Amino acid sequence: MKPVFNLRNVVVALVVAGLILLPVYSALTGKVFILTMFTRIIILALAAASLNLIMGYGGMMSFGHAAYLGIGGYAVGILAFEGIGSGFIQWPVALLASALFALVIGALSLRTRGVYFIMITLAFAQMAYYVASALSRYGADDGLTIYKRSSFGGLIDLSDRTQFYYVCLACLLGGVYLIWRIVNSRFGLVVQGVRSNEQRMQAVGFHANRYRLVCFVISGTICGLAGALLANNTDFVSPAVMYWTRSGDLMVMVILGGMGTLFGPVIGAIVFLVLEELLSQVTEYWALIMGPLLLLIVLFARGGIMGLLGRFSRG
Amino acid sequence: MLVVEQLLNGLQFGLLLFLLAAGLTLVFGIMDFVNLAHGSLYMMGAYFAATFVAWTGNFILGAVMALGATLLLGIVLEYVALRHLYGRDHLDHVLATFGLILFFNDAVRLIWGPAGLALPLPAWLTVPVQILPGVYYPAYRLSIIVVALLVAALLYVVVMRTRIGMLIRAGASNREMIGALGINIKLLFTLVFGLGAALAGLAGLMQAPILTVQIGMGENILILAFVIIVIGGIGSIRGAFMAAIFVGMIDTLGRAFLPDLLRKVLSSTAASTAAPAISSMLVYLLMAVVLVVRPEGLFPAAKR
Repeated sequence: MKPVFNLRNVVVALVVAGLILLPVYSALTGKVFILTMFTRIIILALAAASLNLIMGYGGMMSFGHAAYLGIGGYAVGILAFEGIGSGFIQWPVALLASALFALVIGALSLRTRGVYFIMITLAFAQMAYYVASALSRYGADDGLTIYKRSSFGGLIDLSDRTQFYYVCLACLLGGVYLIWRIVNSRFGLVVQGVRSNEQRMQAVGFHANRYRLVCFVISGTICGLAGALLANNTDFVSPAVMYWTRSGDLMVMVILGGMGTLFGPVIGAIVFLVLEELLSQVTEYWALIMGPLLLLIVLFARGGIMGLLGRFSRG
Repeated sequence: MLVVEQLLNGLQFGLLLFLLAAGLTLVFGIMDFVNLAHGSLYMMGAYFAATFVAWTGNFILGAVMALGATLLLGIVLEYVALRHLYGRDHLDHVLATFGLILFFNDAVRLIWGPAGLALPLPAWLTVPVQILPGVYYPAYRLSIIVVALLVAALLYVVVMRTRIGMLIRAGASNREMIGALGINIKLLFTLVFGLGAALAGLAGLMQAPILTVQIGMGENILILAFVIIVIGGIGSIRGAFMAAIFVGMIDTLGRAFLPDLLRKVLSSTAASTAAPAISSMLVYLLMAVVLVVRPEGLFPAAKR
């Protein structure tokens, strides 16, 4: 048995407690800005967590994950534009559309491995980007403004900052819990087995690619939810959400936090986006520092932040 | 005669893509290194050229200086950072070079400012040349075709006919072995990376007078270059050449003729909105089809 009170778990518990109490802090100090900023962070953390499911546990290096952010977002945006404002319709459609997209591109992409897989997922995401840029009815390149957030009858009001924050946080924690259950299920163990030795799993009698594909679709669906949330958060959706640098950002968050760890991507997203915010307050040229920082992390901090914490707690 | 002109445009774009893809596929085939920052080197080539041409007032001299500067930048980059990443996971490469893209984009913004630069052509390159009776083609685009073909031929000779090329090919098929035979493999890698950088810089500085020199100019074309090496088979220069011409043609001809073709089947408004998207997608569609049918690319390099 590993001790429960190691440094990693304490940090994770503190982060979760911090996220839960954040609206209280924001209300007490009157800093609205920090609440909106963290709403965005939480949404992108959900996207990073979903990417981690295939990258960290499944060994599938998708470089096109931002496509689902766009698909989920456009599902909400287009339905709102056409006059269907109910979240009970918008959100399931967003999930379904993402799942369908993941099913199609997954079935094709999973025929390849390694760098080819990285590139083909990138190519499909770029295709989605170009399709969105051509939707002239829905704003094309300029994007689509969403005038009314998804409505859920009288249950919750997404226009209320605090309520929306907690909805996002619930989605994030639910998503991470789901990923935890998946990873520790028989299905998840097979997927991880395929990651470490595909041939052996095939020989034992598992259809490796079927397991991979299902995992890929689950991941895309969760990210589609993040897309629906993101569109509600910004009241806007545009092709830029799907641009390949966005997929790169998500990958950075996962690696920064620690690939293949449950809460790593969440911590990675928080650190990456807070760092971006802080650096951009100091200098307009924040990427001048961020870029080399990434290089240094890759060179010297393998396993990301979770890896570092693990190393400290082992002494 | 529009067809001839567009075919030449496609060839010119394809050759330019080849210069970019050749460096990428060399670095990948030999060092097993995925370099997303290759597009940044392309951008730096263009910025260097714009600066040096303005300084010297001479287009050729400025271009040669820019080429040298990009070569040097590539070598420094390899020496300082990237050589420590060889042998690591591809994901580490993607991440580290993604960081470099961020760095270069902001460095350029800091040094040259956010607005783009223009690289004016000397008068003798702007005249149209008669290539067929009644068909004129810009001299500059024609000279791009000539230069790129020369460089491709030179590359072929160097890789296939010289001692250093032999070492490069040997390094691609078995790195440990040529290291064990006493070849300074680190130096070889640095040289190959410098060569790739110079090729990217050349592509950038030749494209610069046609498009504006701007931040992020390397990103879209980098993805196209990746598509090319994936279609052609990673590590194969011959494959990169074929695929580059193919992609250049499809992209250019698609943009030129697809709107008219679609207008025959669709209403004209629908056609004019769908055409740009479809022609942007064509290349990616091609890649998807190739990967599904032949997951290793059309001309896979010899197995290790």
